[in-house]
Amino acid sequence: MKSFECPTKGYKESDVVTMAHGSGGGAMQRLIHEVFARHFPYLQKDTDAAVLSCEGGDIAFTTDSFVVDPLFFPGGNIGSLAVHGTINDLAMVSARAEVMSVAFIIEEGFPLSDLEKIVQTMANEAEKQKVRIITGDTKVVEKGHGHGIYINTTGIGVRFGVRLRGGAWPSPKKVSVGDRILVSGDIGRHGMAIMSVRENLPIETEITSDSAPLKELVIALFEEGIHVSCMRDATRGGVASALNEIARARGVYLRINEEKIPVSEEVWGLSLILGIDPLHIANEGRFVLFVPKEEAEHALFVLRDYEEGKNAEIIGEVMREYEGGLVTAITLLGSEKIIQMPEGEILPRIC
Amino acid sequence: MKYVDEFKDVKALQKILGRIREVIERMKKNGARFPLRIMEICGGQTHSILKYGIHEALPKEVEFIHGPGCPVCVTPIETIDLALAIAKRSNVIFTSFGDMLRVPGSDENMFETKAKGADIRWVYSTLDAVQIAKENPEKEVVFFAIGFETTTAPIAAALDMAEKDGVKNFSLLTAMVKVPPALELLLSDEDCMIDGILAAGHVCTIMGYEEYIPLAEKYRVPIVVTGFQPAEILLGILRCLENLKEHKTEVSNAYEWMVQKEGNPEARKMIEKYFEVIDRKWRGIGTIPKSGFGLRLEYSRFDTEKKFSEMPNIPERKVNPHCGAVLQGKMKPCDCPFFGKECTQQHPIGALMVSDEGACAAYFQYGGLKK
Amino acid sequence: MCHAVPGKIISTNGLTARVSFNGAIKNVNLIFCPRAKEGDYVSVHVGIAQAVINEDEANEVLALLTQAS
Repeated sequence: MKSFECPTKGYKESDVVTMAHGSGGGAMQRLIHEVFARHFPYLQKDTDAAVLSCEGGDIAFTTDSFVVDPLFFPGGNIGSLAVHGTINDLAMVSARAEVMSVAFIIEEGFPLSDLEKIVQTMANEAEKQKVRIITGDTKVVEKGHGHGIYINTTGIGVRFGVRLRGGAWPSPKKVSVGDRILVSGDIGRHGMAIMSVRENLPIETEITSDSAPLKELVIALFEEGIHVSCMRDATRGGVASALNEIARARGVYLRINEEKIPVSEEVWGLSLILGIDPLHIANEGRFVLFVPKEEAEHALFVLRDYEEGKNAEIIGEVMREYEGGLVTAITLLGSEKIIQMPEGEILPRIC
Repeated sequence: MKYVDEFKDVKALQKILGRIREVIERMKKNGARFPLRIMEICGGQTHSILKYGIHEALPKEVEFIHGPGCPVCVTPIETIDLALAIAKRSNVIFTSFGDMLRVPGSDENMFETKAKGADIRWVYSTLDAVQIAKENPEKEVVFFAIGFETTTAPIAAALDMAEKDGVKNFSLLTAMVKVPPALELLLSDEDCMIDGILAAGHVCTIMGYEEYIPLAEKYRVPIVVTGFQPAEILLGILRCLENLKEHKTEVSNAYEWMVQKEGNPEARKMIEKYFEVIDRKWRGIGTIPKSGFGLRLEYSRFDTEKKFSEMPNIPERKVNPHCGAVLQGKMKPCDCPFFGKECTQQHPIGALMVSDEGACAAYFQYGGLKK
Repeated sequence: MCHAVPGKIISTNGLTARVSFNGAIKNVNLIFCPRAKEGDYVSVHVGIAQAVINEDEANEVLALLTQAS
């Protein structure tokens, strides 16, 4: 291959864990597939929650860890994120969260008043969503070793909803050519809300995190009889990551229309200053969903009835089978470009 | 968003495209030869052209050549290796724009060096780096000063702040470059096929466009100061074509609402106060005389390379000739034999694929689609 | 190299301005645009204003673009 001298010695994967591995993009996917999936044979890695068949029905089971910085941000805190995130992982496999565990790893010196606020928030949000936090664990680590607080949760839920043809449940494997792709609301709020309170980037903004439970929207879709073939919440790595993951898992070519993607004015303005694509920004209360073509308008109608879904849009369609998966977008002038899985940490740029 | 969205309005874009087609028809009647090759020198413009599909919307009679407009891409690998070596020092806080963090040195990139314990922090503004120095008086804060003239001005502003506030623990690792000498190098090449140039609007916002006048005259090419939004780029192309039709080989300004002929006098004064023009090595091209900015002698205390004792010895590296050819516009990214195969955005080999403004990255993201 | 974005000055305080980018407000340094004032649109690169946009020129061009042919 190499007929030239290349000083960078070709590409090599890093030999340490870097921030890129946690950013929800390509590096994280590789870590999951090459390290975790390789060693954990039972890992159900292509969905947000695993499903177990038990006598009496299917149980969904998920785990999640929360390391957000800063801990308190416009629109929520690490506690609300933890509850919503767990509920949403279960909702994405059409399961209603019933119970949760929560484990805290707290840094020595962390103010009890802050802990109280976080725990109160978790209790409030869980109560609203009728989820019981039934077990937990606490560890304290020495000062300098914990960034305030980390939270790990597990959640268990029971499947609900409309089975698809053949008795199947929504999953990437159920995506069909011709399905329409929807996004449940305007994107980029959470990531931008976090950026705006980072100490190295002081920005005044009204942007609040979109962190919210998605359970009601998902239940509504099913109660209306919508045959959702797949759902994925667009957390780290944003909509670009979620779509690429599904495209890869199913082996299809997805095409979206860039102009249809809902982005609020403020998020748009901030994304321009920072040079970050809204499709790459984390959301904590938004999901993408795939529905049959003839049900797309109905699904849109259902979503828009809810506060969290009021800016939902139909953004694209599944074009055809494509090995390895492909996501593209139609641009302003009608040309087509590839939407990549974001790589590395999403940082502001000067260029 | 004002002065952004209006320049993305589809009807406006179609209108300018219509006028471009008209000009081309008239040129054909006058026997002009096609295709006409227009070079844009700014990575931001390259990005815009490919992101919005301008290269596909233009009639086939107009082709783009993408110039070396990405300061991240032209920073020599030895400079990155030096940056990494400095960042690893225990008393250093190394600050940089986000763009540079992913560019690989010979062994690793900044993310990896950070993961191994170096205190590397990205900053949005050069002034934030000075702020970090103020907040950490016991550390040496180094700022990786890359960029064209557009960014050199904010870098000078950082020095101004450091000077005024008596900050002693702040210095620059300088790698700033100037556009006109690189442009002259490309125009003077005997294989040069460039018919017209879009000059970088934001560089000219600072520097004005007087430096381009002798180039337009000597090499007999129209040079048009152009913006970044799709309509601004199309207006620049239209003006360039109109000038070619009239055989006008001069500099004209298609970005009048932003650029004055003399640029921004305050910014230029500040650049001149702290920096002098020096020879600079460009990755993939070689040393171009008088093509960079370096600190004036009287400001050596802000020069990392002079301030730190025992600078590491960084061996010189050879560069992949394909990267160089793409940088100079002699080859399109998709014509490089490694493009899309061994060299992808997930597995980049050269800087043009790592940096989002690099021609290869832009092509990979926006132009790499094969039906 | 040239990631500059236009924003509107909401208020100034010496050489610092609060600039709105579609509602997101950032402090911007006016060292290169010392005569910029409230209501002006400035082009901002890495937190520093590079130029005050000449709105008459911009609006003239935009008017031509949006005019029916």
